[in-house]
Amino acid sequence: MSDPVRVAIIGSGPAGLSAAARAAQLGLSHVLLEKTDHLSDTIFKYQKGKHVMATPNRLDLRSDCRFDEGAREAILAIWDEDAAANKVNVVYHAEVVEVTGEKGAFQIKTAKGDVIAAEAIVLAIGTQGNPNRLRCPGNDLPHIIYQVDDPEDFKDRHITVVGSGDAGIENALGVAEDALENRVTILNRSKDFARAKAKNVSDLMEAEENGAISIRTETQPKLVEAGWLTLETPTGDEKIQCDLIVARLGSVAPRAFVESMGIEFTGPDREAFPKLSPTFETSVPGIYVIGALAGYPLIKHCMNQGYDVVEFINGNTALTPADEKDLAAIFAGLPERKSVSEWLDFLRTRVRIFADVSPLQMREFMLDSKVAFFPEGEVVFEKDEPGSSLFAIAEGHALVEVSPGVTVPIEQGSIFGEVGLISGRKRGATIRAGEDSIFVEVSRTAALKLMAAVPGAKRVIERISLERQLLQIFKGGLTAEDLAPVVDGAEVIRVPAGKAVLEEGDEGDDVFVIRSGSMVVEKNIGGKPIFLRYLPAGSYFGEMAVLSGAPRNATVKAAVGSEVIKLTGAGFKAMLAARPQVREATETAVAERAAMNSFIESRKATYSSAVDLYSDTASFIMKEGLGEATDALLIDENLCVGCDNCEKACADSHEGLSRLDREAGKTFAHLHVPTSCRHCEHPHCMADCPPNVIHRGPDGEVFMEEGCIGCGNCMRNCPYGVIRMEAAPPPKPGLLSWLLLGRGPGPGEPSPKWTKANMPEGKKPKKIAVKCDMCKGLAGGPACVRACPTGAAIRVSPEEFLSIARLEEDAG
Amino acid sequence: MATLFRRRRATATQTERVRERRHEGFLRHANFRWAKVSGGLCLLVILSYALIDVSPRPNGGSWYGYTLGTIGALLILWLTALGYRKRRMTSDFWSLKAWTSAHVYLGLSLIVIATWHTGFQLGWNVHTLAWALMMLVILSGLYGVAVYALLPQALSNNRDQMTQMQMLEAIRAFDRQLHAAAQPLPPGEAAPVLASLEQDPFAGGIRARLTGRYPNRATAAARAALTEAVGGDAEARAKVVALLTQKEAALARLREHLRLRALLEIWLYVHVPLTFALIAALSAHIISVFFYW
Repeated sequence: MSDPVRVAIIGSGPAGLSAAARAAQLGLSHVLLEKTDHLSDTIFKYQKGKHVMATPNRLDLRSDCRFDEGAREAILAIWDEDAAANKVNVVYHAEVVEVTGEKGAFQIKTAKGDVIAAEAIVLAIGTQGNPNRLRCPGNDLPHIIYQVDDPEDFKDRHITVVGSGDAGIENALGVAEDALENRVTILNRSKDFARAKAKNVSDLMEAEENGAISIRTETQPKLVEAGWLTLETPTGDEKIQCDLIVARLGSVAPRAFVESMGIEFTGPDREAFPKLSPTFETSVPGIYVIGALAGYPLIKHCMNQGYDVVEFINGNTALTPADEKDLAAIFAGLPERKSVSEWLDFLRTRVRIFADVSPLQMREFMLDSKVAFFPEGEVVFEKDEPGSSLFAIAEGHALVEVSPGVTVPIEQGSIFGEVGLISGRKRGATIRAGEDSIFVEVSRTAALKLMAAVPGAKRVIERISLERQLLQIFKGGLTAEDLAPVVDGAEVIRVPAGKAVLEEGDEGDDVFVIRSGSMVVEKNIGGKPIFLRYLPAGSYFGEMAVLSGAPRNATVKAAVGSEVIKLTGAGFKAMLAARPQVREATETAVAERAAMNSFIESRKATYSSAVDLYSDTASFIMKEGLGEATDALLIDENLCVGCDNCEKACADSHEGLSRLDREAGKTFAHLHVPTSCRHCEHPHCMADCPPNVIHRGPDGEVFMEEGCIGCGNCMRNCPYGVIRMEAAPPPKPGLLSWLLLGRGPGPGEPSPKWTKANMPEGKKPKKIAVKCDMCKGLAGGPACVRACPTGAAIRVSPEEFLSIARLEEDAG
Repeated sequence: MATLFRRRRATATQTERVRERRHEGFLRHANFRWAKVSGGLCLLVILSYALIDVSPRPNGGSWYGYTLGTIGALLILWLTALGYRKRRMTSDFWSLKAWTSAHVYLGLSLIVIATWHTGFQLGWNVHTLAWALMMLVILSGLYGVAVYALLPQALSNNRDQMTQMQMLEAIRAFDRQLHAAAQPLPPGEAAPVLASLEQDPFAGGIRARLTGRYPNRATAAARAALTEAVGGDAEARAKVVALLTQKEAALARLREHLRLRALLEIWLYVHVPLTFALIAALSAHIISVFFYW
């Protein structure tokens, strides 16, 4: 074993490389361990020519290696140069299998059996993990690949896909596209495709019926040779032609490896990250974690952290992070002058939800937040505005306008706006500053991150939000103290879509409040479940049984995956008993609901078909996932003449690409739900956007701002298939010049052929995510609706569409 | 003191203006607003025509005739502008449905405005040509209104949640399966199947497109031939017959889809060119009347 190096860096991606370059510049003895034969494997595996983005733009790059947006090849070449210029000591083919020892004397064992001694370790291994490899002889041949970036790279080949999960099936379907003329075989060790999504399996079966793919079950590879593959089948060995093997056998996530060193994570769930100090040190002294593994998926962050972590290891404790100036800018508008760290401390000590937050996390949250001074009386937000950010009161207090002229204060250290955060619904009340105040606005993404990473913050937010939700529902002079017994016994229950919370006829007196998602209320009338009501988040149900003592008179089930808060009947009754006004208000609400139920029942007797149609339409809408929609395009096919002017209008109102597919999608009783964005309450697309460019706008629209890196996560996460990855076509000649002179492709999205022919020489636009933004910023509103000549297209929320007025009209 | 927050827009938004909670067709738009406007206009024309005594007799050249003529000519130009409005995606607020509604009802009012403008003096001249062309445009428009009201339901029922691309793809998929399934058949039986594979499902031109009756019936013929055949590989043949039946159904669906779409569009090929002919004749009419002065 050689002399210990000062720092060993594991992983040569942007973070690790930048760290190694800094170590080299500082003259520290170091080693950069890379398991493959090239630097930065994750980016190396990007498809050829992929355009890599350099977001966030506001962040300065602080690294001894260069980086700017550009093609994959250019970036990799520059890094190779920089590694050489900085005299970085790289060891290739060094896959680390074990780390032992402690700070000052670590031993790093590689797969080849070498042992490297190091005083400190920087882990920069990313989150990709290691793909499981083929185990049969010949598994080291170069025509075995472990991912398919672009199916179009493969044409006219014999391709065998090994692996029966979603990844394998999707790759197989991708390369089996007709136009590519590949002959595709997929191998499955077992009899069925139990691990894959039903949709993928049915697509695969269809592809087999069409002759596009051949499926071999109970078959596995036995020997790989150039051009040929020997299979082990139930009926004996068989040799097939094969010049490319795509192996999708899953991968080992790096977490187990990281934990084996004794490093603690913030929690058990998949989103958890290693616990880190402000200097990126883990719970094991001497081991540092940076980059994607630390929760920073963007290249620039990674490179900056590489630089910083080595400076910290070298004892430069005075170094301020590269985001210092961004944070300074966030605090710049406040009336008092304090340094960034003073402000951070100020917020951490003043605000309850920040109490358990580490300084490093605090910096991160503040970057996604705003702080502002509000003079007394200034409005923070108004009732019914869309908004999902969370506000915290650092100084002063806020006033909630519960009814015109009546306000309730919220004290310093507390929060407001949490209803929008949790349910995704519009703001419930207008909020003003009660005195000259300082408020922090935390974006929804940052707030969710905060709740996931800091259990203390999560508890405070949930407790407060439940109290507020109840106060809002049951008005009438109720105070937080009255609610204490109810809130203490409350329980949050997750309900999967379609599952009933209450069944008609059940005994029970629990009351439920919908925290997120939505519910449908059904009643069995004449042997058929009849839709009575749609309950959006923020509504409550179950109160009838408490008041009457009778069994449940209707079934309530989740329209989408939802969360409800269960309040015990006894606690609820005690609350009502304490406040007669609340009891009265609740009884009025119950009477209204009961009257509507009996209205529907009476109509069912006389206008059975109208009620059935209303009920079936409601079920269809819920089945199509519109239960989580806030604003969806619905087409009446009694009116739609198929002119596709909606699609053309969409393309022409944006940069030439349509965000909706009118014809695709399901139809029931001539009501058509086209493939177009529904602006979900909790948008699936937002869940994993590395540059965080998907937001909810002031009109409730879910839109993408500039800065998409084209990763496609949102497209894959959208269950409704409404996001496309597409490059903008070149600008086309104006409408008059098309009408009068026939120039250009005319209104609507130009054909790919025209786009290709008219793309300026040498310009290869990058494909980015394209989704409906509800024509954000256009004074006229959604173009699809404006441009419909017959009135077939409207945009509505489910509760607007399924109003009782509809039934009244239909039933006459 | 200004705040750092960019203030969100205060209250409800511009999109509320186009927000409708229910589907309402262009004919019923805004509770028949344009039907009422148009009806009122016609009534006004008819009444005033009866009440105003133009001497020597009602004529396009009287002051009253000029008034109606000007209204009519401007209306025609405005009605023509629908084609531009439909394609011009400006960002301000307008509803094409409202435009269509007005287009239909005001277009119908031209029957009264222009006819009463003539003072019922029709003859074999360029003036009456303009009138006749206008009536033809209106007639074709009436056809359009009728098919817009009647056919969308049939289009929706026929496509049964499939897109046109999926219909085409389904036929291609059956062709691929037929190709594989027909391999074991003897040449005599394979030939009609091959003919079905080779047929162009769209041959037959505009006539076939509009009637849905196509001259090429190779698939039906193949099915008939194979259903009657005996001997040989009966199992393979049954599979091919089943596939041919499915292909026939898929073809029928696609052809019906194309037929309905054609019926929904064909009238525009009359309506629009006739409109331009009308504008030409109208120009000739207007220029020529100045010589009567």
